[in-house]
Amino acid sequence: MKLNKTVLALAISAVILSGCSEDEKDASLTDGTQNAASGINDASTSGLNNGSGLSGSEMNASGMYPNAGIGPEFSDPNNPLSKSTIYFMLDSSQVQDDFVPVIAAHAQYLVAHPGQRVVMEGHGDERGSREYNIALGEQRAKSIASMMKVQGVADGQLEVVSYGEEKPASLGHDEASWELNRRVELVYQGK
Amino acid sequence: MSFFRKILLIGLVSFYVPSSYAEMTIEITEGIESALPISVVPFGMQGASGVPVDVSFVVDADLGRSGYFKTLDKQSMPAKPSTAEAVQFKDWQALGQNYLVIGQVIEDHGQYNVQFQLFDVYKGEQLMGYRMTSSAAELRRTAHHISDLIFEKLTGKKGVFSGRIAYITSSRQGKQSTSKLQVSDADGFNAQTIASSVEPLMSPAWSPDGRKIAYVSFEKKSAAIYIQTLATGERARVAEFPGINGAPSWSPDGAKLALTLSKDGSPDIYILNLVTRSLTKLTKSFAIDTEPTWSPDGSHIVFTSDRGGKPQLYIMSSQGGEEKRLTFSGNYNARASFSPDGKSIAMVHGNGSDYRIAVMDMATKSVNVITDGRSDESPSFAPNGSMILYASRKGSAGYLSAVSLDGKMQQKLVFDSSEIREPAWSP
Repeated sequence: MKLNKTVLALAISAVILSGCSEDEKDASLTDGTQNAASGINDASTSGLNNGSGLSGSEMNASGMYPNAGIGPEFSDPNNPLSKSTIYFMLDSSQVQDDFVPVIAAHAQYLVAHPGQRVVMEGHGDERGSREYNIALGEQRAKSIASMMKVQGVADGQLEVVSYGEEKPASLGHDEASWELNRRVELVYQGK
Repeated sequence: MSFFRKILLIGLVSFYVPSSYAEMTIEITEGIESALPISVVPFGMQGASGVPVDVSFVVDADLGRSGYFKTLDKQSMPAKPSTAEAVQFKDWQALGQNYLVIGQVIEDHGQYNVQFQLFDVYKGEQLMGYRMTSSAAELRRTAHHISDLIFEKLTGKKGVFSGRIAYITSSRQGKQSTSKLQVSDADGFNAQTIASSVEPLMSPAWSPDGRKIAYVSFEKKSAAIYIQTLATGERARVAEFPGINGAPSWSPDGAKLALTLSKDGSPDIYILNLVTRSLTKLTKSFAIDTEPTWSPDGSHIVFTSDRGGKPQLYIMSSQGGEEKRLTFSGNYNARASFSPDGKSIAMVHGNGSDYRIAVMDMATKSVNVITDGRSDESPSFAPNGSMILYASRKGSAGYLSAVSLDGKMQQKLVFDSSEIREPAWSP
């Protein structure tokens, strides 16, 4: 800390060159952003949702089936539990009909496995303002959480976090990418 | 401590890198017609070890990119006087120059004496003259300070060249994304990373005294709001409730933070008293309420809400009470930012698939769209109210732009690397 202070002091003393002679104008600039030390030393890594440049709606960084480690049913393409991403329409948190059976399958699994917890990560596409997209992502995740609760899943098994547009699944800037980014990812936490 | 030391050394290294080290270039894409002709003559230099920063070059660039001035290139100058006695006003009159800036930088035992004089070319008289002392590390700031003095003298408006901007960058290496909160000079130089995380950082907001920045960090895999002191790097976590902790906005007196929390269900606006740590809930709708911003007199809060179906701006007393809808044109109006005089607000205005920056006159409620991008966001006023800095995108490149309030003057700020967004101009 001491080190920082040593370089901080900055004073510009200004003297009028001509005109009123000895009149000193003091234009002191303070502040020391230049020496601001970074306060964060974050070494966390395991990002499940950084899938980049992959195509296909069910692919992400962990491969085809991000929850495969939980049980064999999560990587069986014929089992709705293999689907772990729910997609949404523009500026909407309404669950589309296609995904109702998927959510029901996850709800059933959670009811049958009360020790399991799932984090619902809400996301949005990049359009519009960032904090509004955080709110929208949370609404999306919460609409799935409330469907699951109605189906008997306990509060304590569900956690909601919204990343808004900050963690896109697809890095493009077109409709095809935006569709993939308006989503909720169900991330099982294991035992 | 060794961590701090390392950071400091990196900082020192970047102080002494000469001015060719550009993190950012600025292109003026649209200027104003009435720009004043001014010549900034290369300053005379004296000293054994040379001068690490070309002060007159920085001043020339500042004035030129402001759009208010048209500077004369060096090759066209009839002479390079560095003292008043050497100035031949007729030569500069012949070139149609209104104003002339000359100066000298003299090294004195590792310190630098910088002096400059501003002349009215037609009257042949001095308008201003200063001598300043600066360390090598502070020469760029001294140059920006000179630009501010000249700008204010000639336009009557406060200069904004010695201000700073905060912004978020993100870069990606393979599957790993890194988010950084950076602070640079207003011209993009001296960029310093003040926070870095593999999880998202968001929503930087300057304290009114310019000493602290509040921001959102997901470093613990959920959102929390931090306040970081720039000079020391120390920071405090001020909000970490279940759900959203977002959109921090400082009250004009610096004692309170408006923010968005969803701990009770839907996102609502709260006021956190930073002195007493008490929390007051301001909005209570079941819809999304977020992105609060204070009027400059502290009396009102403007925020985004989708209670009417689509996001629109609403206004209410900062003490609580009735919430009134402010925007009616366009299907998407969000992320308001007050002008320093409180007479207008900038916002993100969506119409169809385009998101642009619009300015609303608070007296007439008329809305004027001032940018023409497809994905413009995060408007932030310059402290003198003359320009709005915002984030834009063309293709895959995210960059910052600045636009005058009437939309007539536009600059593009191009950084070397990374995705850049969420600019915030220091007070």
